[in-house]
Amino acid sequence: MDNNVAVRMENITKAFGTKVVANKNVTLDIRKGEILALLGENGSGKTTLMNMLSGIYFPDSGRIFVDGKEVSIHSPKDAYSLGIGMIHQHFKLVDVFTATENVALGMDKKITGRRNKIAKDVQEICDRYGFDVKPDQKVYNMSVSQKQTLEIVKALYRGAELLILDEPTAVLTPQESDKLFSILRTMKEEGKSVILITHKLNEVLSVSDRVSILRKGEYIDTVETKDATAESLTEMMVGKKVILDIDRPEVENKQKRIEIKNLSCVNKYGVKALDDVSFDIYGGEILGIAGISGSGQKHLLESIAGLQETEEGSSVKYYEPETGKEEQLIGKTPMQIRQQGVALSFVPEDRLGMGLVGTMGMSDNMMLRSYKNGFLFTDRKSPKDLAIKVKDDLGVITPNIQTPVRKLSGGNVQKVLVGREIASNPKVLLTAYAVRGLDINTSYTIYGLLNEQKKKGVAVVYVGEDLDVLLALCDRIAVLCSGKLNGVVDARTTTKEEVGLLMTNLREDGDNNE
Amino acid sequence: MSGFISLFQAAVVFGTVIMFGAVGEIITEKSGNLNLGVPGIMFLGGIASLAGTFLYQLSVNNALQSAYDAFIASGGVKENFAPSGALAFFSEQSSSAITGFAANGWVGVIIAFLCAFLAAAFGGFIFAFLTITLRANQNVTGLTLTIFGSGVANFFGGSLNTLAGGVGQISVETTSRAYRTSIPFLSDLGVVGELFFSYGWLVYVALIVAIFCQYYLTRTRAGLNLRAVGENPATADAAGINVTAHKYLATCLGAGISGIGGLFYVMDYTKGTWANDGTIEALGWLAVALVIFATWRPKNAIWGAYLFGVLYWAYLYIGGLTRASQEIFKMLPYIVTIVVLIFISLRKKKENQPPAALGLPYFREDR
Repeated sequence: MDNNVAVRMENITKAFGTKVVANKNVTLDIRKGEILALLGENGSGKTTLMNMLSGIYFPDSGRIFVDGKEVSIHSPKDAYSLGIGMIHQHFKLVDVFTATENVALGMDKKITGRRNKIAKDVQEICDRYGFDVKPDQKVYNMSVSQKQTLEIVKALYRGAELLILDEPTAVLTPQESDKLFSILRTMKEEGKSVILITHKLNEVLSVSDRVSILRKGEYIDTVETKDATAESLTEMMVGKKVILDIDRPEVENKQKRIEIKNLSCVNKYGVKALDDVSFDIYGGEILGIAGISGSGQKHLLESIAGLQETEEGSSVKYYEPETGKEEQLIGKTPMQIRQQGVALSFVPEDRLGMGLVGTMGMSDNMMLRSYKNGFLFTDRKSPKDLAIKVKDDLGVITPNIQTPVRKLSGGNVQKVLVGREIASNPKVLLTAYAVRGLDINTSYTIYGLLNEQKKKGVAVVYVGEDLDVLLALCDRIAVLCSGKLNGVVDARTTTKEEVGLLMTNLREDGDNNE
Repeated sequence: MSGFISLFQAAVVFGTVIMFGAVGEIITEKSGNLNLGVPGIMFLGGIASLAGTFLYQLSVNNALQSAYDAFIASGGVKENFAPSGALAFFSEQSSSAITGFAANGWVGVIIAFLCAFLAAAFGGFIFAFLTITLRANQNVTGLTLTIFGSGVANFFGGSLNTLAGGVGQISVETTSRAYRTSIPFLSDLGVVGELFFSYGWLVYVALIVAIFCQYYLTRTRAGLNLRAVGENPATADAAGINVTAHKYLATCLGAGISGIGGLFYVMDYTKGTWANDGTIEALGWLAVALVIFATWRPKNAIWGAYLFGVLYWAYLYIGGLTRASQEIFKMLPYIVTIVVLIFISLRKKKENQPPAALGLPYFREDR
């Protein structure tokens, strides 16, 4: 066997239950000192495959070799002792513990020594790589990027030679992502191997050495990154040609639909989540909202939808499309606002937390919006028809529409949520992270749906994470920074750098709009 | 003054029962298992200690009695009765050698302790098996365990009375007296002795257990791992900690400790008899409340338990109360718990919150 191969997975198969085959006969080589991108759509089995390296799952069949020796990995502990560390999409950190305590977790005292020794070692690792984490900092006080860094520290501390990162940039700003990539490059230079699970093509092209592609659980191919293009990779990933340009139709005659003035609110800790935000939303446009996660996006949408208590002096005015009649939304109940035609589809990090009930089927979830219809008895027929329509239109993969949505894959859950909101024929459509974690195909389906709404004259608000998408899809982008509106830019003329800068650096003059 | 002393003493005794219950439950809850079966588990501990000791004393007495009968029948003189082997040991211990046969109190102590601990741990095991392996709902299982424990205990409490002759109550006086042994010399120190050293030795064991548990949870690596399981089992799992084993062990051990509270109540407060009045259940719920009051810290459970003891008995020492108005004062411990709950909820200090995964089941392969 090739001496340069750090880990080899051979003919790996893993199935969940009898129906779902997550991985089928996958063979994969990871070389020493390389960054391998593992590319695939949602549900293509990337994470499952890697979970078998990290000891979360055990393969049904197939063999794994580390440094040429066959091994069997039954638990995360086995993985660590073989030098394999995985950083999961949802961080595996205990909130009330310090950085040091999180590192010490599950480790033998004989190996690590006392706690202050671990703290020293943690500090050493941080110094070596230039990490911004303090050993006695509590995790709940950390930013998302710091938490991720701590995960890397944890893996390095345990002597990881192979680091697996599951969609690490999903929660990072462009600047933070760049920093992460430079860390990964340093690790590569030290001879460590890195596997990057992702479906962001630009990341694959900029940081990886080789790309392995999975499709529907099957291994497709591995190519050198320098020989690959976004188009060729997409084709392998999806199995057919996809046009990568996001459509941005022009709509004439935009009308002011919502006017936000001096909107302020506090979060549950009593800290200002939104600070004196003012801007307008027009019908027939897609307004992008950019910002580091937790900059007030959620509070903004919830304030408009009536789910968030606002401070004195805040105003959200709604203008009726035909008549131009204005209506103050603050003080109205969510139900009243919804009846005005304001629809909110918020996809939180865990995808299920808001808007859908995990244990109910698609059809019952559709009914959450219409349960008041019908006299005496509920109307079950129309939600069922709607569920079938959403399932067919958006290609939701589910055994049947009564299957609890909790059991669907993340992408399919999102399709159900977004599909339902669009189906309510809104006048204002608020979406947050609508494509979070979705594969390219589904994302484009959703962009198409949003554009369709825009053409109908709906005011679409799109809170997004991926700047490339924001720039390509939206008409204007409002940038939030620590709860303040840090500027509204024209998406056609702005650059990624400008938006990135607005996201991180609060301008001195504050609420300077347009 | 004497009123104060007797209130203090009563508070320490009930406080100790509650402290055992609460410290055990803290260990359980730190693993993420919300075991509402504490009252039932204390019932199990209490009745097991009583039954074990009773059967032991009964068998020793019967053996001595028959040896004595045989001795007399063979023409021996009462004063010269000297059984051999183990029986000799027991008759030696019973001062009034022949008139009242009695077992060795300290053997009874060990038997009672083992019975109480094992029976209570078994209660915890039932809970663990149902909620961890069979994934039953923790609240429902816990409440069922309380009903189960009180039923079993009161059934066997009645049966033991019947076994003992049917009239009146059974009493395991010898063992109970051994449990009520207080520290020599120190207990004679006047008021100080009365206040601090007039109790059965389990009072001090409770303190040691609470301090040890505090140390274990906050200072040791094993305690860190256990807390991680209760805070975020997926993280603990990924760190190579055996979540299932930790949950089982913490639940059984915690239940065992809670069960000693039941033993202390039976052996110390009711002096080795069975009272069918449901006080154990009331104390068990107070223990659950104390866990919240102590913000999941054993060290807080120490003073909290004594405070609950004072609040429990306060109505007897407040003048001018009628039977009706007494009831209002009996609510004090519960009101204090609610106030504390409101207070910690308002302050939102992360460290004072319940373990984040408390009451939630964990399965690794769940997607």
